[in-house]
Amino acid sequence: MATAHEPGTSVTTTHAADENYLTASHGLKSWLITLDHKRIGMMYLMGVMGAFFLGGIFALLLRAELFLGTPNTIFFDIKFLEMSAADVYNHMFTLHGAVMTFLFIIPSVPAALGNFVLPIMIGAKDVAFPRMNLCSFYLWIAGAILFLLAIALGGLDTGWTFYAPYSTTTNFGGVFAALMGAFVLGFSSIFTGLNFIVTLHTMRPPGMTWFKMPLFLWAIYATAIIQLLATPVLGITVLLLAVERVLHIGIFDPAYGGDPVLFQHFFWFYSHPAVYIMILPAMGIISELISTFSRKHIFGYTFIAYSSLAIAIFGFLVWGHHMFTSSSELGAAVFSLLTFSVSIPSAIKVFNWLATMYKGSIDLRTPMIYAVAFIFLFTIGGLTGLFLGTLATDIHLHDTYFVVAHFHYVMMGGTLVAFLGGVHYWWPKMTGKMYDEKWASIWALSILVFFNLTFFPQFIMGSRGMPRRYYNYVEEYQIYHQLSTIGAFLMGISLVCAAVVLIRSLKNGKQAPANPWGAATLEWKCSSPPPHNNFDHAPVVGDPYDMQSVVYDPAIEGFVDREPGSYESAH
Amino acid sequence: MSDSNNNHDDHHGFAHVMPLWILLAVFFALVGLTCLTVWTASMDFFGMDLLLAMVIATVKATLVMMFFMHLIQDKKFNVLVFISSFLFGALFVGFTLMDKDSYEHRITEQDADLVPTTQTAPPSE
Amino acid sequence: MTTVATEPHSDHAEHHDHPAFLAHHFETPEQQYDSGKLGIWLFLVTEVLFFSGLFTAYIVYRYFHPEIFLYADNHLSVELGFLNTIILLFSSLTMAWAVRCAQLNQRKGLVLTLTITLICAGAFLVVKYFEYSHKIHEGLLPGEHFNYVPHEEGHHEETAAEHEHEEAVAAADQETHNPPAVDADHKNAEIPRNAGIFFSIYFCMTGLHGIHILFGMGFITWLIVRAARGDFNEQYFGPVDYVGLYWHLVDLIWIYLFPLLYLIG
Repeated sequence: MATAHEPGTSVTTTHAADENYLTASHGLKSWLITLDHKRIGMMYLMGVMGAFFLGGIFALLLRAELFLGTPNTIFFDIKFLEMSAADVYNHMFTLHGAVMTFLFIIPSVPAALGNFVLPIMIGAKDVAFPRMNLCSFYLWIAGAILFLLAIALGGLDTGWTFYAPYSTTTNFGGVFAALMGAFVLGFSSIFTGLNFIVTLHTMRPPGMTWFKMPLFLWAIYATAIIQLLATPVLGITVLLLAVERVLHIGIFDPAYGGDPVLFQHFFWFYSHPAVYIMILPAMGIISELISTFSRKHIFGYTFIAYSSLAIAIFGFLVWGHHMFTSSSELGAAVFSLLTFSVSIPSAIKVFNWLATMYKGSIDLRTPMIYAVAFIFLFTIGGLTGLFLGTLATDIHLHDTYFVVAHFHYVMMGGTLVAFLGGVHYWWPKMTGKMYDEKWASIWALSILVFFNLTFFPQFIMGSRGMPRRYYNYVEEYQIYHQLSTIGAFLMGISLVCAAVVLIRSLKNGKQAPANPWGAATLEWKCSSPPPHNNFDHAPVVGDPYDMQSVVYDPAIEGFVDREPGSYESAH
Repeated sequence: MSDSNNNHDDHHGFAHVMPLWILLAVFFALVGLTCLTVWTASMDFFGMDLLLAMVIATVKATLVMMFFMHLIQDKKFNVLVFISSFLFGALFVGFTLMDKDSYEHRITEQDADLVPTTQTAPPSE
Repeated sequence: MTTVATEPHSDHAEHHDHPAFLAHHFETPEQQYDSGKLGIWLFLVTEVLFFSGLFTAYIVYRYFHPEIFLYADNHLSVELGFLNTIILLFSSLTMAWAVRCAQLNQRKGLVLTLTITLICAGAFLVVKYFEYSHKIHEGLLPGEHFNYVPHEEGHHEETAAEHEHEEAVAAADQETHNPPAVDADHKNAEIPRNAGIFFSIYFCMTGLHGIHILFGMGFITWLIVRAARGDFNEQYFGPVDYVGLYWHLVDLIWIYLFPLLYLIG
């Protein structure tokens, strides 16, 4: 709607009219060597979306294979690689897992959305170390290339967990390239986390105390702590595994006196906390969305803030619950006990979100639909996690589709849905365009429905004993697999459609006002899209959840500050 | 804030300058402790050798951290950050060792079945 | 890009114009320094945890297979390890001194102390090279590559302990031609099962440490160039301080590696 442009630009400040970060400089090179956190965030966003698309294709191929089941297979034997159809399946699920975890979920919220909004949320011009930020992005690219190289060098079928000794005895090229990829991506993640911690410590504006920060920043902060403390251990683990692969040093490989269970300890010391790298920032997004679209101050601010830190710390104590069937009885019992501690802060968050919505003026815009979907799906994912944390039931459920369904409810139903909510929420800020609300919300709902169609049957077949990572199955599981496959394809279509709605908005979306949703955090106080330096003068810091501080102005179809004076001074 | 008074008035803006004599004293202390640890290793301290070596190493490390790395003058938060790395490292080692300790006997038993002739020394050395 | 814009004597740090060393998104040199300092401390945290994996491996195998460590330790030269310890400690001293020079605006002293640090780092690696080549020559290699064959009269210099040990082995060897597990009297002549694991850990730990030395040398060279150019002053000495902290951490790790690897038994 071209006519809608005028009101938006006339009311927002002079800045928006002439210059923003997208138009500050031109040409591909100005993007590739940019130090602007917003551009780096946008490049990350495109990168992780690409990775998500790739990982999604692998997932759909897996589901397609499982539609018909034994003895039919859609995969072919790849003769020249001496790969049977079953091998192809193993490669697919490994790549699906590795791409989704390392290339998509871990960088998705912090590196893409966090990079864009974190400095603006604290009224800063940039992150503390802009060069390191750009370096982090290029390390991500290098990691992605190494993963592609792993495919080219004969693939990877170890599962994303690289368990020894299988990984130290098979597929030299593929395993080695993927390990190097994981190593490099670890550094990318560390750089992001380090940058955010320092930025939050030294660059907050006067007046923004720790407990006046938006909760998204608390979540990012807690995430960054995990990134710093856990990721180096992944680095040394994959390095040792790579050396084991080349030289057979006998640390992990039992053939030379090593201990494969030791590898599992090394691996999960990182990879369990990494689960919280994935979910914590998503929870931060939800805190923003729920408050904004309930038009109500967040309930229990300090509890949500502290629970983020608690999850980060407790997350380090529970890695052994991935090893209930391989570790000792004592280890399993201790880790099982500790595992339940993590559920407490997670539940605190859920209760606080619900209490925020209670008697709020709920506006079911697209981001809010994603937020509510998150609460629903995360609750299912979280509660089924309790069955898996319980030692006795886990022995039955270990390595079944129950586990697969559980972590997809948390990772996809949780993180991906929150990520999509965040993308829709900040899209007007990032691009300066409003997307089509009606279609965006339709696809959001359809993602919610088909997500459940995909993964709920997996709980049932998992509890009935269907093991994960098999390319075929006995007939009694077929109905669940078929429901799941149908759901997966419909969800895939919905995701593509949601992306199309967003991309279309770039061309013919309305000009976005500075504050379309009526949020009170600082990123909505600069124009959409923000100018190159975000703020010329440090903005006035208020309560990030004081929804009464802004009021709807129909002329610009957005919100403005209640006192006109302070609104002007913000620019 | 209050840390500038433990050395002479070498305060340049936000720079905390470490007096030269402290640096030299620390260096010679480190050399002395290194000699000590070599000497104790050549003696027999009734199974306490490792412990003793670790105590000496920790004293040396503390000296380096406090004076060479200026932690004694640094912001308390930076101290906390650095110390936390050792805590999490200890957590990693501790839980791993606890678990391995309780399953190790199975490996040893199986080992004994598989290779009965080899000389696995008892861990009493 | 950072040109020598501020002469140290001039009254810098006026509030409004940004000195050349101050990045655009920081308000004051102190804010920039504090950010960098916290940043480097966080980086050192990741370094400690990075090495913690190797220390875990060390502790696990030391605890459950002490015989490997007691045996293999005899092949390490305490003298060379001691020499390297002193070299590294001295380089740490000069590095700390360099930070002091930077803070006090002593350009010549800064270049000198940094150069000495660099030379010490090089000397450390030279000693390391001799140690490594000796081990590779002897077949004291990691994991499955371990193929140590005790041989006759050492034609190269060795430590007393090693020499003694080799004589014992050589004697046993001449008698039976069956080196390991021959003689109950020469207990340390027996090569325990999986002895290569010690050398896996040895090479991984010292190798990774050596790589850190190499990186440190790169950073120090960069500092020397900038120091000679006169980039640093009492408002802007951060990079020297940060590299210094990194260098001390490398020293710190060696302080533990030396007794753990060289001084067993």
